[in-house]
Amino acid sequence: MSSFWEYANPRKFMRTTNWLLPLVAAASVVVTATGLIWGFFFTPDDFRQGSTVKIIFLHVPAALMAINAWIMMLVASLVWVVRRHHVSALAAKAAAPVGLVMTLIALFTGAVWGQPMWGTWWAWDPRLTSFLILFLFYLGYIALWAAIDDPDTGADLTAVLCLVGTVFALLSRYAAFFWSQGLHQGASLSLQPGTRVDWAYKAPLYVSMSGFVLIFVALVLAGTRTEIRARRMKALVARERMA
Amino acid sequence: MIPDLGRYASEVLSAYVVSLALLAGVVAWYWLRARAVRSQLDQVEQRQERTE
Amino acid sequence: MIALLIRDLRLAIRAGGGFGLGLAFFLILAVLVPLGVGPQPAVLAAIAPGVLWVGALLACLLSLDRIFALDWEDGSLDLLATAPIPLEAVVTIKALAHWITTGLPLVLAAPVLGVLLNLSADAFGWLVLSLLVGTPALSVIGTFGAALTVGLKRGGLLLSLLVLPLYIPTLVFGAELVSRGAAGLTTQTALLLLAGITAGAVAILPFASAAVIRINLR
Repeated sequence: MSSFWEYANPRKFMRTTNWLLPLVAAASVVVTATGLIWGFFFTPDDFRQGSTVKIIFLHVPAALMAINAWIMMLVASLVWVVRRHHVSALAAKAAAPVGLVMTLIALFTGAVWGQPMWGTWWAWDPRLTSFLILFLFYLGYIALWAAIDDPDTGADLTAVLCLVGTVFALLSRYAAFFWSQGLHQGASLSLQPGTRVDWAYKAPLYVSMSGFVLIFVALVLAGTRTEIRARRMKALVARERMA
Repeated sequence: MIPDLGRYASEVLSAYVVSLALLAGVVAWYWLRARAVRSQLDQVEQRQERTE
Repeated sequence: MIALLIRDLRLAIRAGGGFGLGLAFFLILAVLVPLGVGPQPAVLAAIAPGVLWVGALLACLLSLDRIFALDWEDGSLDLLATAPIPLEAVVTIKALAHWITTGLPLVLAAPVLGVLLNLSADAFGWLVLSLLVGTPALSVIGTFGAALTVGLKRGGLLLSLLVLPLYIPTLVFGAELVSRGAAGLTTQTALLLLAGITAGAVAILPFASAAVIRINLR
């Protein structure tokens, strides 16, 4: 029986993703396009929010992936720390820029949506604030990877940063809720997605969410492949110098 | 072609345009980097085969 | 261990800059803010807790890269890592030395700057208390950041990018504690949460910092 850990072998990973990646990439394009086209062209306007409700098909999937990308990085970092599989560390590295972009999309679409609905681009609402903080954590993580030359040292240090960062990101989220309640009592601006959303919106939303998940998987696979190749190249060049 | 978006047309359109541009940007970046690294790796591998 | 603490304190005081610099920065910030915001007492009183806390944060940040940089350059960090005391203890001592030379002066200077910023009279006690409880966390978290960036040539800017997000919970609860104290509201929750973060950081982060140093020394 083949075990999941076989994919920790770079060669096996490359062989598998060689045929898997085009499939996932194609599926991600098809599903995302379906979800977004369905959401953009074939959903009714909300009676209260007008056409701005169509932003939900970008905003919610992006926000979902912004958080899930960090969770995936956390798991991959843990796997690296515990079992020292290089593919795992490189996958965490490959996921970070995608998470950063997802956070950016969530923040931007949120601002554009908030402007007509709440009358402001930005409010120091706890949800918004914790996303901005998540954005900073992504930046720090990527900057640390970029600053370190030795790949194994980089993998170790960023893994520790990811673990510590997760704890502090959760604390910050809790702090943001505490702080915002403390300053403006009862001013709850956040919409609660999913509570009273009609199926006319829910169905394309789920499609679009699956599409974003597939985009994320495809990009992480592609990025990991690139990182594996980059490491191999580094090793070859180093051997060349030694000879 | 484009559905009637009412008075929020600019908001909805800009949200879609910017988000898709960001997605396209990150995809293009991953793609270009993958291509660059692959061609460099091929070069190094060929060079080493010749010397061996 | 005490010898190490005394050595670090001596170095910090003698090396110049490090010791007084954070304090001077704190003072300058408290002077610049009213110049930028305007002299209205009500406005200053409203923003004083936040400004003082942000100032303390940045002043702490200034001296972080000195925690390990000198020891890294002259190789004494390698000696400390192989010394009979555990590296976790070394890191804790380093953080303590940083707190004594940076955090403690800030705590003592804060009431004076509170006067400059027109902080309400009820809040002075809370300000000192919040800084006293909160600044150890700043030093411990900062030591972790310094440990992460110790081997890097241009670590200074990266260090602030890494450490400042980690400071957010301390900042929020610290500033909240002072403004609640100023408004005469109940302060217990904020104080307990601030103390909780400090206790947690002091208990756990030295292990992370020591692990990171070992990785960097490999």
